[in-house]
Amino acid sequence: MKKIRKNTVIAVLTALGLGTALVSPVFADENFRTLDEIKESGTVNIGVFSDKSPFGYVDENGEYQGYDVYLAERLGEDLGVEINYVSTEAANRIEYLQTGKVDIILANFTVTPERAEEVDFALPYMNVALGVVSPEDAVIESLDDIGEDDQVIVISGTTAETYLVKNNPEIKLQKYDAYAEAKTAFENGNGVAWANDNTEVIAFSIENEGYVVGIPSLGSADTIAPAVTKGNETLLNWLNDEIVSLGEENFFHADYEATLLDTYGADYEDTLVIEGGAVSGSETEAE
Amino acid sequence: MQSLGIDVLFKGSNFLRLLGGLWTAVRISLISVAISIVLGILAGMLMTSRSTFVKALLRVYLEIVRIMPQMVLLFIVYFGTTRVFGWNLEAETAAIIVFTFWGTAEMGDLVRGALISIPRIQYESAAALGMSETAAFRYVILPQTVRRLIPLSINLITRMIKTTSLVMMIGIVEVLKVGQQIIEANRKTSPNAAFGVFAVVFLMYFLICWPVSRLAAWLEKRWA
Repeated sequence: MKKIRKNTVIAVLTALGLGTALVSPVFADENFRTLDEIKESGTVNIGVFSDKSPFGYVDENGEYQGYDVYLAERLGEDLGVEINYVSTEAANRIEYLQTGKVDIILANFTVTPERAEEVDFALPYMNVALGVVSPEDAVIESLDDIGEDDQVIVISGTTAETYLVKNNPEIKLQKYDAYAEAKTAFENGNGVAWANDNTEVIAFSIENEGYVVGIPSLGSADTIAPAVTKGNETLLNWLNDEIVSLGEENFFHADYEATLLDTYGADYEDTLVIEGGAVSGSETEAE
Repeated sequence: MQSLGIDVLFKGSNFLRLLGGLWTAVRISLISVAISIVLGILAGMLMTSRSTFVKALLRVYLEIVRIMPQMVLLFIVYFGTTRVFGWNLEAETAAIIVFTFWGTAEMGDLVRGALISIPRIQYESAAALGMSETAAFRYVILPQTVRRLIPLSINLITRMIKTTSLVMMIGIVEVLKVGQQIIEANRKTSPNAAFGVFAVVFLMYFLICWPVSRLAAWLEKRWA
């Protein structure tokens, strides 16, 4: 008798424990909600960052704010549904879409070929590239301005480092592990310039007197776009149409002025904003 | 006081949001701890079973819990069950399952340790007094085991409370996440807010964990 009871308990415990780990994945059929299903349910689940100011953050009243959220609010309005914001992290954005736990991700999501295999990106709404900031008395306006003995500051593991090592191996790099260290080194004049994401260097030059972004966009121009679960065509098409029609009213410029102007200033509005999904990128189209 | 960055906590409803986050963390950990204690005692008893099969199974279970980072378990239970079975668990339910799965295994091992630390002679004396096996367990072994368990399980409980900060990875906004949100939203106006906000979050964890450890000390004394 006793033994049977024990075995039952064990069965329950193992089912709880090993079950999830050992059962081989059965393919899930529809793991997303179509446009009609979202409209019917009356709520759209949108994954945004909750601690990445000024793109997605929560203000002191507990309300979501930022460039991504400004767009999300409009999407909710035009879909005619309530928005349920889900706080996402960089590391779980794809997982959220693939399991259909959110319908759309609007979390400063950079379009890359690897990610495009996992999720479907809609038309982009922002540019990201690398930028180079330098002191205003010795502005670096092109990589050719960098002398043979000059050193450029980068943060290890960033795209700026990867790009320079690969494309300009002749440039001497000074690498730092953390943002704060790189910043101090740059302010102390340890390097002639500092290369990083252009949003970062632009924000730096605006917050600190005496520095200019001589090269505002360098390297392959990447874009930020909304993403949906792979195969969710109805929602993807709706988003694309929406982004095009929002472009007609210059929506993303208004978005920039409402959310990013304080951080990046008016000078970079056209560098950063993509209107109506059309990448202009005069100088830096990806090869 | 701008240098300490405490002021940002009093902007809008920031402090209430922080308390709300704390409640989320405490709720998840308390529910998980309560279930873990009950299941853990059961698992611990089974771990001392004479059947090698039972022991081996529980050994595997314990090792899985020890090897797998809690973060991986959270991903498996929250996202994995949706992929594999199509279940749509609430994030909080998923968190409680993971923390209970973890707590039960570790609690079980603590119970096992406490049980085998009771000298053989206690069982034999009870038998000599004519007590049945169940009665001996209930009146002789269990009270001594529980006393030995208290300090050990407090370690586990406080660890579980603190580890709830991981649940932000499955979208639950708990106290630490609210702290980060407040810091980030005020990055420009008070760049040092991190210090003040994290100090307050630290104090909150302390205020939750400290009574637990006081309670344990009191129980230990009372039952000694």
